[in-house]
Amino acid sequence: MATSSLTIDIQALSHWYGKGSTRRQVLQGVDLQISAGEVVLLTGPSGCGKTTLLTLIGALRKVQEGDVEVFGQQLRGAARGQRQRLRRRIGMIFQGHNLLRCLTAEQNVQMGADLLPNLGYRARRDQAREWLRSVGLEDELGKLPHDLSGGQKQRVAIARALAAKPQLLLADEPTAALDSGTGREVVELLKRLAREQSCSVLMVTHDPRILDVADRLVRMEDGRLYQTIS
Amino acid sequence: MLIRQPVRLAVALAGISFAGILMFMQLGFRDGLFDASVTVHRLFDADIVLISPRSTSSVSMAGFPRRRLIQAMASPEVEGITPVHWNLLLWRNPETLGTRSILALGFEPGHPLFTDPTLAEKAKLLTQKGRVLFDEKSRAEFGPVAEWFREGRTVESEINGKRVRVAGLIGLGASFGADGNLLTSSETFLDLIPNTPSGSIEVGLVRLKPGSDAEQVAQRLQSQLPDDVTVLTKQGFIDFEQNYWRTSTSIGFIFTLGAAMGFVVGCVIVYQVLYSDVSDHLPEYATLMAMGYKLNSLLGVVVREGLLLALFGYLPAYAAGQGLYLLVRNATQLPVAMNTVRAVSVFSMILIMCMLSAGLAMRRLVDADPAEIF
Repeated sequence: MATSSLTIDIQALSHWYGKGSTRRQVLQGVDLQISAGEVVLLTGPSGCGKTTLLTLIGALRKVQEGDVEVFGQQLRGAARGQRQRLRRRIGMIFQGHNLLRCLTAEQNVQMGADLLPNLGYRARRDQAREWLRSVGLEDELGKLPHDLSGGQKQRVAIARALAAKPQLLLADEPTAALDSGTGREVVELLKRLAREQSCSVLMVTHDPRILDVADRLVRMEDGRLYQTIS
Repeated sequence: MLIRQPVRLAVALAGISFAGILMFMQLGFRDGLFDASVTVHRLFDADIVLISPRSTSSVSMAGFPRRRLIQAMASPEVEGITPVHWNLLLWRNPETLGTRSILALGFEPGHPLFTDPTLAEKAKLLTQKGRVLFDEKSRAEFGPVAEWFREGRTVESEINGKRVRVAGLIGLGASFGADGNLLTSSETFLDLIPNTPSGSIEVGLVRLKPGSDAEQVAQRLQSQLPDDVTVLTKQGFIDFEQNYWRTSTSIGFIFTLGAAMGFVVGCVIVYQVLYSDVSDHLPEYATLMAMGYKLNSLLGVVVREGLLLALFGYLPAYAAGQGLYLLVRNATQLPVAMNTVRAVSVFSMILIMCMLSAGLAMRRLVDADPAEIF
């Protein structure tokens, strides 16, 4: 397949919200290609469709028009089971940390590792610890999300996303809730860990201070994409 | 996940336990009633029982000619017979002097009546006229007869206005139909009810030779004897009585309905708890779905939650059920006790209740749209 070197290949993707007279187009013929191991930052004013694009790539939403291929798999018309299997290969980091409140940091990360096949409980736990160590939280293993600071929670979320060994990482403003110092730290970490696993990253951000970590910048306005070479 | 909300957990468990206790009590009463209605029936030393076709239950036994019982003797399988008089009589409480109806059985003291071997000895006391054996398990409203008798006092009272003396105590047990029992000789019995037609009895006990097929003999006797008598096996006699209480009174229905109410109440409580729990954690479930967890494995979490609720709600219900049965036994003298069948059936009801509620709560989970969490 010609597109196999590309992690993401989007052609003429359009998306609408609502029905009838309230129907509103949020994506208008978006084209985007991301190759393996590339770090792409997506910026743009709020409400321009960034998050919608992310959820479409993450197989969380049905594709309405256009082609979205992730890992060479066509998402338009994909069944629920196929999308669910695909999601296992995609790591996601959300605006909020979305950790499970009743699980410790370690258990939360383990939830990510649990998705890997053929791993015993002990191996998954060791992996979870390893990931927490690499995000600098080796001392907070047994703490509940409630007892962690915002930056720590976001780092646990990153560890959880990476523990599932994704080939693609989607991040929606991972630094939104963090101060600039911590935000910078988190993004650097994200990039370094993604590099180590040769995982592509697509990150939505408003934060101008972290733009320099990207291989490529993409700007979105009113549902259209504008490529910027950085 | 409920563990993080101890109050909600407690409410859930209390609700389930309450439903369980309700079901235990209602079913316990119902079964206790059916058992209690045949306490005396079970004791008879008989393979086949003859009653009048006009008899409907132990509280309204009609007479039939004693000759029929003697005719039954003609069958080669029959080993012995005992004619029994059976009626509800008014017993005067020797302490308060109030009257209350008591089930009286009259028989020839020399004949076997109950399978209990100690009775034969006590029956000799009845040969004297005006003597009765009083059931010490009768309800307290009949007066402190057993206590007085054990203290060595001479206990005398009136039945239907005639003086009788308590010659001994027996242990039978109260039933819904009769709050107390007493035994007396046929002679005394006829004396107490003088207008009984001569040669009329209410119950005829037939004992068969060992190895005889009671079912078969009963059928043959029924066809041989005139239709002014009904021939039943002992089990048939018991069923006849229980069937009356089950079908001809509202009692069985009421208690079954009560148990059903408990079931419904439990369902509502568990559903509420599981539903709000699922709703509270919807973003987390959605996150797991976004991470690639299967919907089924998340549904499994809810099912397990329901399962644990069922288990931990059942245990206190079982314990409380035992305690309440004890209470009821002491208060009513009814044979209400825990049995395996009921313990298992209440548990399966609770399990069904929790699973049903979990199933309903799951519909909320299907709404968890992973796209909403961004």
